[in-house]
Amino acid sequence: MHGNGHNGTVRIGFYICHCGHNIASIVDVKAVSEYIKSLSGVVISCEYKYMCSDPGQELIQKDIKEHSLNRIIVASCSPLLHEHTFRTAVEKGGLNPYYFQMVNIREDVSWVHTDMKAATEKAKDLSRAAVQRVFHHKSLETKHVKIHPDVLIVGGGIAGIHAALTLANAGKKVYLIERNPTIGGHMAMFDKTFPTLDCAACILTPKMSQVKNHPNIILWTYSEVAKVDGYVGNYKISIRRKPRYVNEELCVGCMDCIEKCVYKEGKTPDEFNVGLSKRKPIYIPFPQATPQIVVIDRETCIEFKSGRCKKTCVEACDRKAIDFKQKEEIKEIEVGTIILTTGYQTFDASRVPFYGYGKYPNVYTSLEVERLVNASGPTGGELILRDGRHPKTVGIIHCVGSRDKNTNRWCSRTCCMYSLKLAHLLKEHTDAEVYNFYIDIRAAGKSYEEFYDKLLDENVHFIRGRVAEVSDWAVRPSEEGKLIIRAEDTLIGIVRRVPVDMVVLAVGMEPQADSQDVRRMFNISCSTEGFFLERHPKLAPVDTFTDGIFIAGACQGPKDIPDSVAQAGAAAAQALILIDSGEIELEPNTAYVVQNECSGCRTCLTICPFTAISRDEAKQKAFINEALCKGCGTCVAACPSGAIKQNLFEDEMIFSEIDGLLKMESPACC
Amino acid sequence: MPTVEQPKENSWEPRIIAFFCNWCTYTAADLAGVSRLRYAPNARIIRVMCSGRVDPQFILDAFSKGADGVLIGGCHPGDCHYMEGNYKALRRMELLKRMMKDMGIEDKRFRLEWISASEGERVKTVINEMTEQVRALGPLGLPKKFAEWDKELESLEHEINAKGDTVHA
Repeated sequence: MHGNGHNGTVRIGFYICHCGHNIASIVDVKAVSEYIKSLSGVVISCEYKYMCSDPGQELIQKDIKEHSLNRIIVASCSPLLHEHTFRTAVEKGGLNPYYFQMVNIREDVSWVHTDMKAATEKAKDLSRAAVQRVFHHKSLETKHVKIHPDVLIVGGGIAGIHAALTLANAGKKVYLIERNPTIGGHMAMFDKTFPTLDCAACILTPKMSQVKNHPNIILWTYSEVAKVDGYVGNYKISIRRKPRYVNEELCVGCMDCIEKCVYKEGKTPDEFNVGLSKRKPIYIPFPQATPQIVVIDRETCIEFKSGRCKKTCVEACDRKAIDFKQKEEIKEIEVGTIILTTGYQTFDASRVPFYGYGKYPNVYTSLEVERLVNASGPTGGELILRDGRHPKTVGIIHCVGSRDKNTNRWCSRTCCMYSLKLAHLLKEHTDAEVYNFYIDIRAAGKSYEEFYDKLLDENVHFIRGRVAEVSDWAVRPSEEGKLIIRAEDTLIGIVRRVPVDMVVLAVGMEPQADSQDVRRMFNISCSTEGFFLERHPKLAPVDTFTDGIFIAGACQGPKDIPDSVAQAGAAAAQALILIDSGEIELEPNTAYVVQNECSGCRTCLTICPFTAISRDEAKQKAFINEALCKGCGTCVAACPSGAIKQNLFEDEMIFSEIDGLLKMESPACC
Repeated sequence: MPTVEQPKENSWEPRIIAFFCNWCTYTAADLAGVSRLRYAPNARIIRVMCSGRVDPQFILDAFSKGADGVLIGGCHPGDCHYMEGNYKALRRMELLKRMMKDMGIEDKRFRLEWISASEGERVKTVINEMTEQVRALGPLGLPKKFAEWDKELESLEHEINAKGDTVHA
């Protein structure tokens, strides 16, 4: 007997979905439906082309009423995709949604198997398990939790800035955390943006100052998230505010202190100029840095190193803002939702030694060239090479650290376009001959192909072929004193040697070095490449598997500015949905203690990572705080008396699933 | 691949019960599906919220009801959606493995794997490997053994009763 002796009041409706051809072409849905009809408790068993469609859902609702069904099973796709859809449909049909059970015969069966017989048997087994399982289902109440209206945004690049402004303009309070002394991210370092060639600073810096001045945004730069506790709607965050050794309230960014520093010249590679210039131990990253507050680097400051500096900076500051005794500060905040916009890092070009980065001074990365052509860059926008020359020929090598099994397999999506942009800028600044060495030109974006056409008209050269090597080994007089790029021109089938003065490596985009630590802290997942993983690649591109945490920008995968901004807006909208609805429904899959059966042994107390279980010392029984329980079920498996049960995953349900899966009726097995 | 994809008529096929955690391995199985990876049809997946929910009794129950292998999939160490459920699973399963040995169930019939949400390829590999591993071991056939043991016990009981009768007589 199915259902382990339950009485006959269980009335099951079983629906198997064709999903067009997705399921029906591999699983004999008719056979499964016929078979399930023969099982005890099943009142209705039928097949339908698309169960998730409106008519499909209405079919269930109609049957619930006409046949007094009290259990519904749909065999279709993954519950992670449509469980909610069908539960809602069942609820609309007048039945408690937790009487519903879903069988995954698409992702787990039809999409992964090719043998129709085996797939059909598997679908039958899985469906039979569900039929046995639903006998034990119960009516449950959906949990609701309130959403704290404040939002935390981690990372102050263009994505973080856009998300912060969107939410702040909608009247929500936003904490924007940036680990560098200024917001702006990579975009602030760029000269122009493709394909419109508008100046990056001109479109970014107004947004940066809006962030600084917005009454709804609390901006903490030079700060990092130290700890994340809580759950959707109720996150408790600790923020570590690193000491700047400058009082933020007092500093006005006059930079007198920088000028008066005992170091007359900078000695430390300037991070903002990617090491192309030097900065002092006391500095502001760049002229439009936001906030305009000085920072002291304790690694290089003489006062911190020896304690015997003349402290000319302190003398120079008439607002007495410099404070060598400043300490790290931990701020505790409460937010309901979190948006991660932690960005990317560029590929380290020294990992491909045959391109000569770090060996030949005139080999640059694309990010360095962004600074070189920038009017506020280390050379004031004049293109002077490391050896003091002006380049007459430039070679741009595409896909450095992208589309390469030896380094990163993925396409970084932005390099083709920024290489075209740099080619244009290099020509504009120097009138040099520019050669692009590419695998494919990927100019898929609005007005991108047109930009490529424009570059062709500007007589920029394109050679299709992956570069084998950059060397200074001249074999002809014309190659003396030049860098020689060797590549096979695959369009004409010859190996070319192109002598150039300057080589630009179009480096790809990578996950941040600490992306694994960050995702662990926020309890989200990463894709194999290390970018943060979205909940669904198409339908939930900014959601994560953790409710209330969203992702946007290049931390999710390589993307350009327009896409980052679009995602940031989407993430802000997702957060707004939660904030404005005020609460979120949670799965009622919490655990509870059957008091009579609890022996008070305390085993469960140490097992629970959320300290949701306590012991009533008077009664000598364990007790689970439903608000703290997250529904993992670990205590249920640990309880030696079997006194703890988990809603939706009760022992009986799982045992009957096992039983259903292993029933010997199906002829294919054994 | 045809060896795992096309079970021959009337031949024995290993039956594997897989407990996959909702957040990592079940999602990885979904990804394997979306990516149309092909793998052996021998595993039947039961979704649980966390690998920590897998009670050792589930595994013994599966074996006793005819499973030839049991697979548990959880998040990588440090990645558990519930912080440390996977560690709890690991501890239990190590203990269970020792017990299983005493019961005559081979080590290789049971496997605990960490598969993250992005490792669809790993779901395919693990299920294929496990299927072949169990196929090499042959059927476990506990239900049949149970029936035989029951019979043996019955006849023993019979014998004892018969002897008792003679003594009494």
